[in-house]
Amino acid sequence: MENTINTQVRANSEPQPSGNSELLLQLKDVSVSYSPEKKAVLNVSADIYSNTVTAIMGPSGCGKSTLLRAINRMHELYPNIKTEGEILLKGENVLDMNPMKVRRMAGMVFQRPNPFPTMSIYDNVLAGYSLNNIKLNKQEKDEIVETTLRGVALWDEVKDSMTKKGSFLSGGQQQRLCIARALALKPELLLMDEPTSALDPISTNRIEELILDLKQQYTIVIVTHNMSQAARISDNSMFMYLGELVEYDSTKKMFTKPKEKRTEDYLTGAFG
Amino acid sequence: MSSTLQYRRAKDKVFLCVVCILSSLTMIPLFLILWELLKKGYKQINLSLFTEVAPSSMDAMLARISNEPIPGGILNGLSGTILMLAMAIVMSIPVGILSGIYLAEHKDSKFSSVVRSLTDLLQGVPSIVVGVVVYAWVVRPMHSYSAFAGSVSLAIMMLPMIIRSTEESMKMVPGTLKEAGLALGASYSTIILRILLPAAFGGLFTGSLLAICRVMGETAPLLLTALGASAVNLNVTEPTSAIPLLIWEFYNDPNLANLVWTTSLLLLVFVLVINIIAKNIAKKWKIQ
Repeated sequence: MENTINTQVRANSEPQPSGNSELLLQLKDVSVSYSPEKKAVLNVSADIYSNTVTAIMGPSGCGKSTLLRAINRMHELYPNIKTEGEILLKGENVLDMNPMKVRRMAGMVFQRPNPFPTMSIYDNVLAGYSLNNIKLNKQEKDEIVETTLRGVALWDEVKDSMTKKGSFLSGGQQQRLCIARALALKPELLLMDEPTSALDPISTNRIEELILDLKQQYTIVIVTHNMSQAARISDNSMFMYLGELVEYDSTKKMFTKPKEKRTEDYLTGAFG
Repeated sequence: MSSTLQYRRAKDKVFLCVVCILSSLTMIPLFLILWELLKKGYKQINLSLFTEVAPSSMDAMLARISNEPIPGGILNGLSGTILMLAMAIVMSIPVGILSGIYLAEHKDSKFSSVVRSLTDLLQGVPSIVVGVVVYAWVVRPMHSYSAFAGSVSLAIMMLPMIIRSTEESMKMVPGTLKEAGLALGASYSTIILRILLPAAFGGLFTGSLLAICRVMGETAPLLLTALGASAVNLNVTEPTSAIPLLIWEFYNDPNLANLVWTTSLLLLVFVLVINIIAKNIAKKWKIQ
């Protein structure tokens, strides 16, 4: 009984759209299980609006990365992982769509920068096109590379070394290159899985500024370990614990007046 | 307290000395072999070695009597080796690389572990046995010794090395690259062909070169399959010579025995050069 009430409260407290943003991603009763006994994500429901940054927080092993990776169906790499429920991206259930189309609509940035080591910086940006056999002429390629790299504030640093391998760059630059690679395909949604956890503070800062900047054009869902990062960059926050979505609200509200005891405990450092 | 420290330091030094001495001992055989081959073979090194076929016993005897260098060369062996290696590469590399990819991508399946163990066993099959089997499979049905039969036996011997080196180098490619490709919407085959294979290329290339080195000096299976020929033969259905076969022929003919050293030197130099190239490529293409 208590649970039902909680769910209702949670649903009402979900962040509302502001300005001209619209409903982009809807999670309905999403569960992810690694095996029949072991569920990593339990019945998560949430609405995410366009041009917002949504942070998913929680202690290690709470299922936040698992939830994120369910959105672009990355779990299909491992056949024993099962995703249930509905994930509606622009009203269409991604679980029924062609996974390749889903992944082009929802770009992903990983924990560790992973530019393709055999490709040049230029080719890395265009990898999404070349790997999907989308033919572009030289002018289109140049244009995409330049605008995308400018978009991630990397253009000025690499414009003279386009033919060098991606691994030639520093960790922070590599991560911005990976963001550029994901953005080059003009996705509806950008999923980021702890994108700064392998970076130094200065590089982290630049990525955070970039995220705030990208919000104008993209919708971002970011998994983060770091509460202050979530407070700095996100509009809305989800707090997950043991696979459950405990609380989902605007970041401001959650950090000042959390509704749930568990959220408060986590935010004040009682556990996690 | 300090005496224990001194004792430990002394022990450390003694151990280091022993290790250094023993490891330098391992280098001696190679240098002795090279020295011996150079000493006995240098007289016969000349251009005709590469442009002429092996001399007849009579020519060699006449040259020996008049105390001149033996005429002729090893062109028939050299061309045969290149021909058979080329065919063996065409046969074994695609199969080997594809099986290696399968083993790396399906690490835990039952079938993979069977393939993996059989590959290891294949590597242990004595080369003469491979020769006998290929004799029964290819030479008998074709009613002739042939370069083709020789290359089949070489291909069988190369396979396990290529499969395992492919598997190992594919496993070295970080899994995050596969995820990155997947997240961009690429298909599985595209990821394998355009991301994982290029990233593993250095390892694949080195493994293939080492496999080539390994079979370059194989003699036993060729004796039963390619047999040998006194002229340059580029017809794959005809008996063909090879460098190691020539060494064996020279050894069996007292008049030609002097050529054994030069030919062996050449074979060894080929193998060493390819080996060194392979090692350098491995270093250069290492995944960061």
